[in-house]
Amino acid sequence: MGSAWLSVGRMFGNFRIPALLVLALLPVMAAVEARAGLFNPFIGKLENGMRVVVIEDHRAPVVTHMVWYGIGGADEAPGEAGLAHYLEHLMFKGTKRFPAGVFSRVVAENGGQENAFTTHDYTAYFQNIAADKLPLVMEMEADRMSNLVLSDEDAETEKQVVIEERRLRTDSQPYGQFREQMQAVQYLAYPYRIPVIGWQHEIEALNKDKALAFYRKYYAPNNATLIVAGDVRPEEVMKLARKYYGVIAARPLPARLRPQEPPQRAARRVEFSDPRLSVPSWQRGYIAPSALYGETRFALPLVVLAEVLGGGTTSRLYRELVVKKGIAAYAGASYDENRKGPSLFHVYARPRGKAGIGDIERAMDDIIRDILENGVSEAEVKRARDSLAANAIYARDSLAAAARSFGEGLAIGLSVDDIDNWPARIRAVTAAQVNEAARAVLRAEGSATGIARPAPKS
Amino acid sequence: MIRTMIAALLLFAIALPAQAMGRIEKIVSPSGITAWLVHEPSIPIIALEAYWDGGSRLDPKGREGLANMVSGLLDEGAGDLSSEAFQLRLQETATQLSFDAGRDSFTASMRALSQNRDAAFSLLAKALQAPRFDEGPVERIRGQIISGLRARARDQRELARRALYETAFGDQPYARPVEGTEQSVAAITREDLTGFVRRRLARNNLTLAVVGDITAAELSDRLEQVFAPLPAKAAGPDTGMQKVLGGGVLRQIDYDTPQSQIYIGFPGLMRDDPDFDAARVMTYILGGSGLTSRLGQEVREKRGLTYSIFAAQVPMKKSALYLIGFSSANKTVAEALAVTRRELLRLRDRGVSAKELKAAKTYLNGSFPLSMSSNASIARLLIAIQVNNLGIDYIRRRPQRINAVTAEDIARVAARLFDMKKMFVIAVGRPEGDLKAVLKAAP
Repeated sequence: MGSAWLSVGRMFGNFRIPALLVLALLPVMAAVEARAGLFNPFIGKLENGMRVVVIEDHRAPVVTHMVWYGIGGADEAPGEAGLAHYLEHLMFKGTKRFPAGVFSRVVAENGGQENAFTTHDYTAYFQNIAADKLPLVMEMEADRMSNLVLSDEDAETEKQVVIEERRLRTDSQPYGQFREQMQAVQYLAYPYRIPVIGWQHEIEALNKDKALAFYRKYYAPNNATLIVAGDVRPEEVMKLARKYYGVIAARPLPARLRPQEPPQRAARRVEFSDPRLSVPSWQRGYIAPSALYGETRFALPLVVLAEVLGGGTTSRLYRELVVKKGIAAYAGASYDENRKGPSLFHVYARPRGKAGIGDIERAMDDIIRDILENGVSEAEVKRARDSLAANAIYARDSLAAAARSFGEGLAIGLSVDDIDNWPARIRAVTAAQVNEAARAVLRAEGSATGIARPAPKS
Repeated sequence: MIRTMIAALLLFAIALPAQAMGRIEKIVSPSGITAWLVHEPSIPIIALEAYWDGGSRLDPKGREGLANMVSGLLDEGAGDLSSEAFQLRLQETATQLSFDAGRDSFTASMRALSQNRDAAFSLLAKALQAPRFDEGPVERIRGQIISGLRARARDQRELARRALYETAFGDQPYARPVEGTEQSVAAITREDLTGFVRRRLARNNLTLAVVGDITAAELSDRLEQVFAPLPAKAAGPDTGMQKVLGGGVLRQIDYDTPQSQIYIGFPGLMRDDPDFDAARVMTYILGGSGLTSRLGQEVREKRGLTYSIFAAQVPMKKSALYLIGFSSANKTVAEALAVTRRELLRLRDRGVSAKELKAAKTYLNGSFPLSMSSNASIARLLIAIQVNNLGIDYIRRRPQRINAVTAEDIARVAARLFDMKKMFVIAVGRPEGDLKAVLKAAP
């Protein structure tokens, strides 16, 4: 749920976009690792301001090399929706030293895999490759940080690829269109209302010059974080980073001035119908603070609330709607605190059997009213905290998860300490805090309710 | 389904790095349960994969979706634990347990914290030995499956996938969707469910792999606890080999959307075909991951006709497909199809260059350590090696097998695969232009 969280990847099918829940769990994982001394992240900085994070894992002779830029879809100028993502595609079109296709070919010929992704808040590029090839990919990644060369022809062809991507993800999928409409209604002013991939007519108006202007404005070492995870030592990574990235001059960065969200005073409804749908579904998003926006002290209690309400088959929504009442095929809740701007707290369900959308909405309203009036119990909160913390241990098994959580956290503006202390702070969340956050956020006038239904074929 | 199969296929394109090779142990428990183990104590977790041959190809007629429905119910109450109690126990112990059915397999995947392994193995044992199939959970899961089937009934890619398997297999078992139909799922009885567990979750069709924080001696005890009580032999007749049909068919499904989904299919190579590795190298050159493949270059990079295009071998137990897939705007899909067809003919008639061959081998061999991304992914690889009888030394021999592929091998395999009379095409959308004419045009 929540299209704003979806990254827009460059190569469909090659890079799996993690589910919202996975993203929400990542900080736990990485921080547990740090405390357990397994990843033991090394944090450094180059003289030009580029941050460096090294996460050691010597189980296999491989490395994940990522560069995260603190710039995304929500930083675009009006009328240029999709520019950050379009530039991400164009970053594969080459430099003077490594012309079009060379980077990709060299990575492939060395047995590596590469990709990139763009969200509202950041843009990231990565390669997974044998550890001894780290200098090779670092040299090429550093080169394209400041030496991108674009031809009009490449820029036009790539625009068609991006439009195909939009057709694939959004226009060919009724749920893609539904989420896009919902997102636009959830926010009154904040640019999360605009899709990362861009509106079709604005993508069509993008061009080489706009992309290059955006590139020169925001792609600089002092706006980038380097993450290297795998079979490496921090001192050797720092040495290589100084050699390849350290020579790029820092540049003055424009402030990320985003329109702020005004108070929301009216509940909204979105009625979407499409002949390609065969069953209805229901969702509601409440405007909510994030770890960096608004009442940030509510962020972690909301993570726990989402777990109590919608974390798997033992959660309130699943037990009540799917099991006890038997009116839903699925039901859940989700919340992502790792956003630079205002987040959304989602609840959702799909009716099953003879039940209709009205049954779902009444049952949801009852559950939310019960939480507001009676609160969640200490026992529920304890179970949710334990579950979030225990599952974090599985993250030790994934190099990519650790790399991603540090990259994302730092790119949106969290401190290393914020990321490190996540589990301890989650464990400290009380039922009283969860209930206070619930009362602050689960307000009808801050919500948009969306219903997607089948429409008769025209 | 195609996605699942391709994912499974990718397991073969990668392998364990050198250091893990010597560490695969073959464990045989006192009653003869066999498992491959990689003891990896550095992280306190255990990943277990269990694979039973079977799956939806053996679903009885009129009960299509049976294996899939069982996969949804084994964690919904077992032994002395009701559905809710079982789920709570999983949550309390942070045990991740999932079951899945495919066309050829029924699988169980478990991830457990090593500190909670007693509880985890005991839950797995209960689920396999004493699933309850209580009426409440059975009807709930049935309702969820039917709701999912309805939700996908008009989904573009689902329509394309179904049409692909129907065109390829006609009235043979592989044509049937793994999830069954609304009607067949409604007809499944409790006896069907218990019968499936008794007949299909046996010891002689079971393959096991475990990776993580557990020793050989302890694993042996756990294998006894969980798997020894299962029936010795799977029951019921198997299906015969299934022929790939559809040669010359262009199946167009009208669908009101701006972009058409295309699958191009041919009969493929079985996993034990001597040309399988040659086809693997050829497939990487033609439509492997990333932007460097011939199709990636010609259809996407040079012309901007698609966002993503792939070629893949899809070997199954009783048949094999070769697939190419992409989506393209309705107005450009004919051109994309023409370019793709031209590339197939160019590959068939003119083969590959020495440079392409070398680059493909370097990639296929060099990318193998990347599969060490998790204990669970290594466990799945060990299952694939066993199921396909590749041998415990496969990982060591794999680079030699790849390196032995010659340009002549690829020419031979391309000629075998790309017989245009056997090609079939699925198109879901509102393509402009005459696709039939494109498919018949001279190269």
